[in-house]
Amino acid sequence: MTIRPSLGVAATAAIAALLLSGCAGGAANDDGEPAGTITVLTNRTDLVDTTFKDYAAEFTKKYPGTEVKFEALTDYEGDAKIRLNSRDYGDVLLIPSSNVTKDKYADYFEPMGSTEELSEKYRFTNEGSFDGTAYGVSTFGSAMGYVFNKDVWTKAGITTPPATEEEYLDALEKIKATGSIPYYTNYKDGWPLATIEGNLGTVQGDTVRTQMIEDDAPWTEGNDQYNIDGLLFDTVAAGLSEPDPTTTNWEESKNLLASGEVSSMILGSWAVSQMQDAAEAAGESRDVIGFWPMPWKTDTGFTSVTASDKFLAISKYSKNKATAKAWVDWFTNESGYAASQGAISPVVSDPAPDTLKDFQELGVNYIELAADPVGKEAVINDIANEAEIDLFGNIYRQKLIDVARGAADGDKESVFADLNDRWAAARATVDAK
Amino acid sequence: MSTLKGDPALTARALAPITSRRRNRLTGSGTTPWLFLIIPLAFLIVLTYIPVGNMFWYSLTSWDGLDPEKEFVGFGNFVQIFTQPEIFQVFFVSLYYLAGAVAQLVLALYFATLLSFKTRFRNLFKGVIFFPYLINGVAIGLVFLYFFRPGGTLDALLAAVGIHDPGQWLGDPSLVNISLAGTSVWRYMGLNFVLFLGAIQSVPAEQYEAADLDGANSWHKFRFIILPSIRRILGLSFILAIAGALSAFEMPYIMTGGANGSETFVIQTVNTAFKFSKVGLASAMAVVLLIIVLVITAVQRRVFPDERGDES
Repeated sequence: MTIRPSLGVAATAAIAALLLSGCAGGAANDDGEPAGTITVLTNRTDLVDTTFKDYAAEFTKKYPGTEVKFEALTDYEGDAKIRLNSRDYGDVLLIPSSNVTKDKYADYFEPMGSTEELSEKYRFTNEGSFDGTAYGVSTFGSAMGYVFNKDVWTKAGITTPPATEEEYLDALEKIKATGSIPYYTNYKDGWPLATIEGNLGTVQGDTVRTQMIEDDAPWTEGNDQYNIDGLLFDTVAAGLSEPDPTTTNWEESKNLLASGEVSSMILGSWAVSQMQDAAEAAGESRDVIGFWPMPWKTDTGFTSVTASDKFLAISKYSKNKATAKAWVDWFTNESGYAASQGAISPVVSDPAPDTLKDFQELGVNYIELAADPVGKEAVINDIANEAEIDLFGNIYRQKLIDVARGAADGDKESVFADLNDRWAAARATVDAK
Repeated sequence: MSTLKGDPALTARALAPITSRRRNRLTGSGTTPWLFLIIPLAFLIVLTYIPVGNMFWYSLTSWDGLDPEKEFVGFGNFVQIFTQPEIFQVFFVSLYYLAGAVAQLVLALYFATLLSFKTRFRNLFKGVIFFPYLINGVAIGLVFLYFFRPGGTLDALLAAVGIHDPGQWLGDPSLVNISLAGTSVWRYMGLNFVLFLGAIQSVPAEQYEAADLDGANSWHKFRFIILPSIRRILGLSFILAIAGALSAFEMPYIMTGGANGSETFVIQTVNTAFKFSKVGLASAMAVVLLIIVLVITAVQRRVFPDERGDES
């Protein structure tokens, strides 16, 4: 405990020196000692009056004379996008990445240093960077896999993670025999269904996005896209998912998993602590919730794709950048926010969270997707939009589930052939532009 | 007081401003109404006509919703709409809502007629029928999700009368649109009911008395007194019902999000614009829907004109 703060101070000084080198002094407090008030925009409406208040108090204790005010936005992405058009978007904010493309980062955010240097200390720096300069620091990250109810899986005789799709489906069959619903698609709410796309890269590696924009048929055996959607299709087609997908409910699904009525869902590791909370609320042990890597084991073992949640950035128009920087450093290095979320810390040297205990024992390889080549960041979205395949959404996956459960015409081959045709046609259109 | 009353000169002076004001009003009669209308007209133009005008302009571009450049593509979007059969296929779903709308009008008319006569608990029933219309659409969506889910309220009710395993109300693609259209009927029938009831109650009671003297039964009264009297409101409701069926959106969007074959034309338009960033194409789809509704309205008014000899 005595070591941590001093390390933090050293880190802060080092980072501050690194950050300040490129700044010109003005009337504002750009590079002085942290002092005065800063405003921090956040999406955590649930934590702003509790955990974040405590963070602010601790920060003030460390830097006397500073004050941190929060503004919590319910529709963070939408509201922050609108406010970016003004100069008033707080001193520290989260990058609304679904609306602001990377090439615009320099217009709104203060550079934090070179990606290369920052990546020695922080994870996920690629995602918050453009053209070799980092503009954002990750708040926390999570790894892909599936949450499952350990009691049910153990009762069905499965104690080691399935290594192949076949083993995985066998395992689900055994679970079905125990009376539990083996897999829950979250078809109705859609966004949890969409998170399975986070597994992109498990087999093809960190350049998968670049490979996909060069590929006319991503839904071909051996590709990640085929694995992700194929596994979903096979699970549903074998009757291993909930009987009526149209009436699923995310909040309820947590209780269903905790009680063992449902026994698995493919999600990010961020979901583990939520599921554990649900288990505790239902009077079960938190240990009942397990988290295993996807059943696509290669020669090098299991692989899990990691990705960051939102990125902290400093407003280019902040009048108190010195304090803003101090806050970003303190929040990232000392607040313990990532650990409290059961998530992967953005700091490389921090230990892995308890939620990924099984991953450590299994020796899972973590991969982070590589940065898209400059100028090609938007191509994968352009192709997906042109093809009307919402890769990072739920519409085409709902149709896929409908086919798999026999509620719509077609079979696995016809669905994937259609997706490939549309992808190839859209690629041709986007290339021509 | 008394001097004031008696003095004709004072009276004249007191009246002078009034007469001059009256003259002003007469001369300014062309502009005054417009002054009062400025604010509502400004709202109408700024919030309705300019956006619609913009929509027509977007429909001729390939705009993605964010790009500062809007590339002009002429009628390319319209060509795409009329050459891609899957865009029009979703109008098939509207047939369910159209059937629902007809059922809704018939039911509303039936209840309005019934409750316009002396009935026990009349006001209670009026309230019960109108109430759903007052509930927020999202709340109705959530309530009906629980109502339709397997083992939910509806299944429990059916089990109580001995019907087991009736199928999945939202999960079965052949049932989902019927369930959703049924929810829409439940929600909107109250509005039609109140409109019909108001129109029926404006029929003078003497007509019924006269009909009684002539020996008319209830059916005759309905057919020859009520129906002709509410013809206008019936015609209006019919147009609104057709337009509503073609542009059904709220209930299916909240309850299924358009999944499982319940996608309507408007859901498809919204997805095209905001999920796939094709604002240009989506605007063209909206224009097509607008034209279809206008054409149907025009045809309907030609076939069932509501101006009759008995009206002014």
